[in-house]
Amino acid sequence: MVDIKNVFKLYNQKKVVDDVSLSIEKGTITSFIGPNGAGKSTLISMISRLIAKDNGEITIDGQDIMKTKNNELAKKISILKQSNSINLKLTVRELVGFGRFPYSQGKLTKEDQEKVDEAIDYMELGEIQNKYLDELSGGQRQRAHIAMVLAQDTEYILLDEPLNNLDMRHSVQIMKTLRRLVDELGKTILIVIHDINFASCYSDHIVALKDGKIIKHGRTCDVIDQCVLKDIYDMDIDIQNIDDKRICVYF
Amino acid sequence: MKIRYLALTLIILSGMSVFIGVSNVTPLDLFQLTEDQAQILLVSRLPRLVSILIAGMSMSICGLIMQQLSRNKFVSPTTAGTLDSARLGILVSLMIFTAASPIQKMLVSFVFALIGTLVFMKILEKIKFKDAVFIPLVGLMFGNIISSISTFFAYRNDLIQNMSSWMQGDFSMIMSGNYELLYVSIPILAMAFFYANKFTIAGMGEDFSKNLGLNYRQVVNLGLIIVALVTASVVLTVGVIPFLGLIIPNIVTIYRGDHLKKSLIHTALLGAIFVLFCDVIGRVIIYPYEIPISLTVGVIGSGIFIYLLVRRKKYGL
Repeated sequence: MVDIKNVFKLYNQKKVVDDVSLSIEKGTITSFIGPNGAGKSTLISMISRLIAKDNGEITIDGQDIMKTKNNELAKKISILKQSNSINLKLTVRELVGFGRFPYSQGKLTKEDQEKVDEAIDYMELGEIQNKYLDELSGGQRQRAHIAMVLAQDTEYILLDEPLNNLDMRHSVQIMKTLRRLVDELGKTILIVIHDINFASCYSDHIVALKDGKIIKHGRTCDVIDQCVLKDIYDMDIDIQNIDDKRICVYF
Repeated sequence: MKIRYLALTLIILSGMSVFIGVSNVTPLDLFQLTEDQAQILLVSRLPRLVSILIAGMSMSICGLIMQQLSRNKFVSPTTAGTLDSARLGILVSLMIFTAASPIQKMLVSFVFALIGTLVFMKILEKIKFKDAVFIPLVGLMFGNIISSISTFFAYRNDLIQNMSSWMQGDFSMIMSGNYELLYVSIPILAMAFFYANKFTIAGMGEDFSKNLGLNYRQVVNLGLIIVALVTASVVLTVGVIPFLGLIIPNIVTIYRGDHLKKSLIHTALLGAIFVLFCDVIGRVIIYPYEIPISLTVGVIGSGIFIYLLVRRKKYGL
């Protein structure tokens, strides 16, 4: 469980994250939605200790993240940011192998190799595992990064806009994989996502943020609601039920 | 390129290097060395070979580490003010401690090289306009500013001649007794191998490193300390060898990728081969006289550098 209590973050006196408290259940996908500048990425970066919070407490399974050793935390929680697009000339397999760093400090053991193989298979990267990242398409590169996070084998996976720059087919593919990770492997996934229909179709819970505050946190069906969405985005969004899925029509 | 071809080339060139020179020593003489010949081998030729090998390897590896840590393919001791700062350090040690031992000189020079490189890295963080070619230009300007400070003080203290001996890399003055400081680099380079994985991760950025539980700052600082120490020892014994740290790692990256574990040995070998090659050419071209190594490396190196720049446009290195 991830517990966030009264967390603040200020940039130049402006509260980017303003007194946020929430707890996230294990074995679920939680989507963070909201307009630009709502503090979604900042919040998720604080949970993964990439940036320091100014106040409040964040615990993962009861452990305060600031008091946990870096290396221990790296085995528990992983984050993939959109800025992680690296420009090093590495092969897919090498990149995925770095996911094992918290365990092996770089010297891959047999067990590490197996985990790397598993992650590569899971993301269907077998055929291109020896290709360099700069030879791949955006979707393949994104999958390679997710495979690295898989190899890191953490219970909690945080993704900051994983669908950025992906076409529909690859977006669906990634979201289905995330769903499988939760359903089959029992991972807990937190994603920042802009497309509310993807959030609606694939997540268990949604956290809606605006101006650094939580507007609504609840089950997907409770948040994907005309009144709630009006509060978040200041626009009228019609909601249609198609095949048991709530689809927002906002065009 | 296979590693054994590199090793073979290195051995052949090493052989050539040992047997080229004004005093005649041929491979056949090895079995019946005269007193003089033995002296030449032990006092001049072998120290020269060893210093070339160490300097070539270490400057190339320094470049590789710097490129990884700054995440820019065109950063190297030459283009980040490291070499110039090291030279300023030597000058300061000459001015303040007139009777400084080589080790003391090296330490002062190391401190200056480290500070210079840190300042450059800070500038790098502050720059918004991160064009790959813009950064080394800033570094060159920064280096030239430091260099002009050195020249100013050297001029005021009648040390211009001393300074210029560190300006130009030159192996012709290497003799047993005055190059041993270079051995300092060997254990430091061994550390570079030990930290290869960590440098590679640091090269993927701070967030990436934190995610994997790596102490980013610590690794970057360690890398810069390695670079500064090695640069100081090379500048003090051999002098400045330009371009080396720039072109060798870039060539190796093209065919080995950026995983330091895979590219370090290649970088070391290719660096040594390149310097040996340039040294042999410098010794043969106006035989029995010599051209200083910085000149041959400068000419060949700048040519390769231009090629890399053009190639980068084509392939987006």
